[in-house]
Amino acid sequence: MTDLTNLTVAQIRDGHRAGDFSAVEVAEAFNTNVAGAKALNAFIVETPEHALAAARQADADRAAGTLKPLSGVPIGMKDLFATNGVQTTAASHMLEGFVPRYESTVSQKLWDAGAGMLGKLNLDQFAMGSSNETSYFGNVISPWRRKDGGNAALAPGGSSGGSSTAIAARLCPAATGTDTGGSIRQPAAFTGISGIKPTYGRCSRWGIVAFASSLDQAGPMARDVKDCAIMLENMAGFDPKDATSLDLPVPNWEAALSSDLKGKTVGIPKEYRLEGIDPEIDAMWDAGIAMLKDAGAEVVEISLPHTKYALPTYYIIAPAEASSNLARYDGVRYGLRDLPQGAGLQDMYAATRADGFGAEVKRRIMIGTYVLSAGFYDAYYTQAQKVRTLIARDFEQAFASCDVILAPTAPSAAFGLGEKMADPLAMYLNDVFAVPASLAGLPAMSVPAALNRDGLPLGLQIIGKAFDEQGVLNAGLAIEERAGFTARAEKWW
Amino acid sequence: MAIDQATVRKIASLARIAISDAEAAAMEGELNGILGWVEQLGEVDVTGVEPMTAVIPNKLRLRDDVVDADPLTGGNRRDDILANAPAAMHGFFGVPKVIE
Repeated sequence: MTDLTNLTVAQIRDGHRAGDFSAVEVAEAFNTNVAGAKALNAFIVETPEHALAAARQADADRAAGTLKPLSGVPIGMKDLFATNGVQTTAASHMLEGFVPRYESTVSQKLWDAGAGMLGKLNLDQFAMGSSNETSYFGNVISPWRRKDGGNAALAPGGSSGGSSTAIAARLCPAATGTDTGGSIRQPAAFTGISGIKPTYGRCSRWGIVAFASSLDQAGPMARDVKDCAIMLENMAGFDPKDATSLDLPVPNWEAALSSDLKGKTVGIPKEYRLEGIDPEIDAMWDAGIAMLKDAGAEVVEISLPHTKYALPTYYIIAPAEASSNLARYDGVRYGLRDLPQGAGLQDMYAATRADGFGAEVKRRIMIGTYVLSAGFYDAYYTQAQKVRTLIARDFEQAFASCDVILAPTAPSAAFGLGEKMADPLAMYLNDVFAVPASLAGLPAMSVPAALNRDGLPLGLQIIGKAFDEQGVLNAGLAIEERAGFTARAEKWW
Repeated sequence: MAIDQATVRKIASLARIAISDAEAAAMEGELNGILGWVEQLGEVDVTGVEPMTAVIPNKLRLRDDVVDADPLTGGNRRDDILANAPAAMHGFFGVPKVIE
């Protein structure tokens, strides 16, 4: 019998529907892989019984002829989504032991569609990080290793590093991610999988632990483009409980997938040609251009003149919003309380927050507090909001002459754990290509495109117009079909 | 503009995060590094540019004025709300005494 954990979401769904295997067999196969992969530290909580219960329901629904879109498909849930009755931590000490009494909108939609949960996936603490090294529950280890004879532990990317590792290592066929400044796309690129951040507002933020609310957006991560389309259809949709939710119908992205790009124009932003970048990144980008031409697209050079200001803009806006959002962790209503002997209320706040937040989270709260403080607000925060307007305008003008934009996802392949932790700025620079689309609220996805000289995956990024997830997925599919990326990490765990 | 350790301690106090002198010293360098880097935004000409408030144009909706319109966010959920409180008592959030 085929190893069920090698199947994609579409293959599991269709095979289950056709009666090739039972959903319980699928859930058991993935549960076994999850239980055997502790060395990767991808999960904070494993929920094999949840996956099995959904599988039994899927098998019953098949017998009754009442199958749902994701019946029989077990998935991983990033531990940033509140799950009723299952610990939700945002990978922080602050929320260790927090068991929500409600379900996030996105996870509820997935369960309603018939999916089961294999567990809660590790991430960077409060989704702040690009390497999954800021989790209170330990680093996630990428299943990939350099082909240099050594066995240095590599970063799975971040913040959705548990999601990327779990999919690449066949611990789940798909997972949820969230993307504030690249947290779906960069880990997808690092681990040779696909992931899409939809237009801001497509997926409800209700029940997702908030980081930077004007940027946070949920999206799926999976092995291929079609699976991303299937997952996104079952995650997106209007939610009155999120004030920024888009009141638009959810398109049938899967059915409309087409890699024929005749009549489409692809923009290549000249400002993304960074001086001193790894030549393998540029070579992969050029190969991607050739693939899209082969698919029938016309390719034009475009300009996004404010690109170099995107990262500094992000590192004002995101920390500012984070400092405000994370003010809720006060040791009173939920989460950790640290009450030193004889302390009053203010001391309790300060002690709780000193103890409950990790170094990177504190750093961002401090930056955010500073740029919002009296006397500095206009110089930093208002200025950043104005530059954000200019960055969004750059895209608007570029899309007058193209349908989608092609760029690398990250400026390098996966780096080793520990290599960038000493220098916050070096870590931030990893998201140089991912952050502009986040600031503009645009849909963007990463698809695996090539292996570098060390045998590590590299990803290409497609950025689309607002609401045009279809255009992004279609261009992604055109690359996927031509790149023929079949490499996977050799099992060592 | 560079910040000193006194400013670091002031920000920490505003953010309600207790920090030691050693942490304040370490943070002084880190924060100055990041702030020095973001200061390049000052060179962008933003004359006549409106600060962005909504990335995707969207109107703020008003819901119908109905009590408990949504069962998840409506009322009568006291026990759920208190379930994760570190020191709930008598149906309330417990805090250290704030008046003598």
